[in-house]
Amino acid sequence: MAERRLEIDGVSKRYGDVVALREMTFAVGAGELFGFVGSNGAGKTTTMRIALGVLAADAGVVRWAGEPITLETRRHIGYMPEERGLYPKMKVGEQLVYLARLHGLSTERARRSVEEWTERLGVAGRRDDEVQKLSLGNQQRVQLAAALVHDPTILVLDEPFSGLDPVAVDVMSGVLQDKAAEGVPVVFSSHQLDLVERLCHRVGIVRNGQMVACDTVESLRAGGTVHLVVDAPQAPKQWADGLAGVTVKEHVGTQTVLELGPAADDQAVLRAALATGPVTEFSRRRQSLTELFRNVVSEEVAA
Amino acid sequence: MSALPDVRVGNWEAVGLVAGREINTRLRSKAFIITTAATLVLLVGFTLVMKFLSGGSDATVGVSGGSVALEAPLKATASSIGQTIDTRQVDEAAGRAQVDSGDLDALLVGDGDKIVVIVKKEIDDKLRTALNALAGQLALNQEIRDLGGDPAEVSQQIAGAKAEVKPLEPPFDYNGQQLVIGMIAGILIYMSLLINGQSVAQGVVEEKSSRVVELLLATIRPWQLMLGKVVGIGTVGLVQMAVIGGGGIAAGLATGVLTISVSTAIGTAVWLVVWFLLGFFAYSLVFAALGALVSRQEDIGGVITPPLMFVILGYVLGISILPSDPGNKLVEVLSMVPLFAPTLMPMRLAMGGVPVWEAALAVVLVVALIPGLVWLSGRIYRNAVTRSGAKVKLRDALRAS
Repeated sequence: MAERRLEIDGVSKRYGDVVALREMTFAVGAGELFGFVGSNGAGKTTTMRIALGVLAADAGVVRWAGEPITLETRRHIGYMPEERGLYPKMKVGEQLVYLARLHGLSTERARRSVEEWTERLGVAGRRDDEVQKLSLGNQQRVQLAAALVHDPTILVLDEPFSGLDPVAVDVMSGVLQDKAAEGVPVVFSSHQLDLVERLCHRVGIVRNGQMVACDTVESLRAGGTVHLVVDAPQAPKQWADGLAGVTVKEHVGTQTVLELGPAADDQAVLRAALATGPVTEFSRRRQSLTELFRNVVSEEVAA
Repeated sequence: MSALPDVRVGNWEAVGLVAGREINTRLRSKAFIITTAATLVLLVGFTLVMKFLSGGSDATVGVSGGSVALEAPLKATASSIGQTIDTRQVDEAAGRAQVDSGDLDALLVGDGDKIVVIVKKEIDDKLRTALNALAGQLALNQEIRDLGGDPAEVSQQIAGAKAEVKPLEPPFDYNGQQLVIGMIAGILIYMSLLINGQSVAQGVVEEKSSRVVELLLATIRPWQLMLGKVVGIGTVGLVQMAVIGGGGIAAGLATGVLTISVSTAIGTAVWLVVWFLLGFFAYSLVFAALGALVSRQEDIGGVITPPLMFVILGYVLGISILPSDPGNKLVEVLSMVPLFAPTLMPMRLAMGGVPVWEAALAVVLVVALIPGLVWLSGRIYRNAVTRSGAKVKLRDALRAS
């Protein structure tokens, strides 16, 4: 058996004159949580819809375990579309059973699975209610259940965290991590970069239909600059001026944020700070995914 | 891939699943149960009203004294001019009281040689005609007897004498009841096409506007989804039609309002079902495809009105022309044109007198049209159903791959 890997290989898509995707390429391995980030309209949703066969690509292939994906293999994908889709007037339980059966489960297995997932996601009590009578948060849980009831071997979720309350975010994170631990490749898009940073093994940043950065958050940081946060309450504003290889990024209250160049010596900075009086904070700040993302986007503007 | 569970879903299994959902949710919906029950009640009520109106005789006449001898001639004369008159032998005083109370429409008194009739205020025109005819007959009989003839023999001779009609092209003798059934068939099929056809379009848009279509198309092909929907709603429509049509005909036969033969009734019902299926299938494919062009329920009207006009036009032509002129040439021709056949042909068939070749040609033409419609609507549906937002232009939907 080939490795359970979902590969998006050179996928392109145009809508008339608008290029939506340009040679989009990435792969998600078994048990990996892959975060897909990018500005609105960057091509995340289009990529997912092509992977699900809802849209046809102009060029490129989507592969699962080395083979081009087919309708049969797609039935193994658990999918959560960006704009949620459920029949508003159908009962939660019936709806989930129906969707599970479309994914090839027998009625019996579908029923059991629906019971299991509605219990786990905390909507078991609402199985006999119409979807439209549920709160938005509960509709989201049902939507997630719809992506999971057929025991998928791949998960593709478009903005699974949007509109969730903090408790639901924890439930969702837990489910995604459990699924990945079972060896399921999980791809999800999100604008909540702190969540992506916390959950994902690897992150792909998309810009204008192209993958511009795709690696672990750690490796993405490696090329970046180092920031120092220094809190020296008695220091004059210009205390750090003239230090070799150091640029002052901003002053926040009594804190100063410094960017260190490759040749800069952080100990020299500390000495300079101590020279002004007491230092209450001196820390290296790792670049957050948000900053990385901003850098990537600003590169785009500069380009 | 051996570790993956088998999740194969056959083509027809997928269509069946989709159709099953439609049938399940629709048969249990309040709207369906209410409209079906209401139409059935209306139709059965109509039959009962018809029975009440046509029930019994045209008039009840009391005969007293010497006029008792007129009892049989009165009935015979009335039936010869198409009326039914019930008679009752009473004594004159009781008869007068009954006329006064309205139990009797009229009372014949006198010695039986002359017609003397007592009514409350006015005599019913039909009854007057019957009584006048009887009076004429009595006078004639008297003359014949005076001339030495036998009135019974003469009236037999007269009854036997008839103009012999030899038509070059025998006209079809339309039965009044069948005309009514034809109209009811027309109304039923029109309502059914209208309601179920729109249901198809609404169902397509419901999936599109709720975005559930994206989940569905990740597992099944567009044609399976479209066909499943059409088959499911068609089955629901058929059940409804069978309940209403079957209930109506059964009520008519049971109450005796319908005197057409059971085989004619069954023939009408079968044709109704056939034409519902053909008409629904052809039109709903078009409605499904056009429904896929829009994303909001309120935009449906705009896209399905053009084909709907043909349904309405066919119905209006049929219902306004056929009852008075069942053999109308224009309707005869249009009833074989696929666009109008689903509404006009079942009306004509229920009225009777449709040559076999015309009935067959209409069916063949619609059946021949369906594969083309399947292809065309499948293409439009596939290209339009995942494009939400603004209305998709028909041209774009046809052109896109």
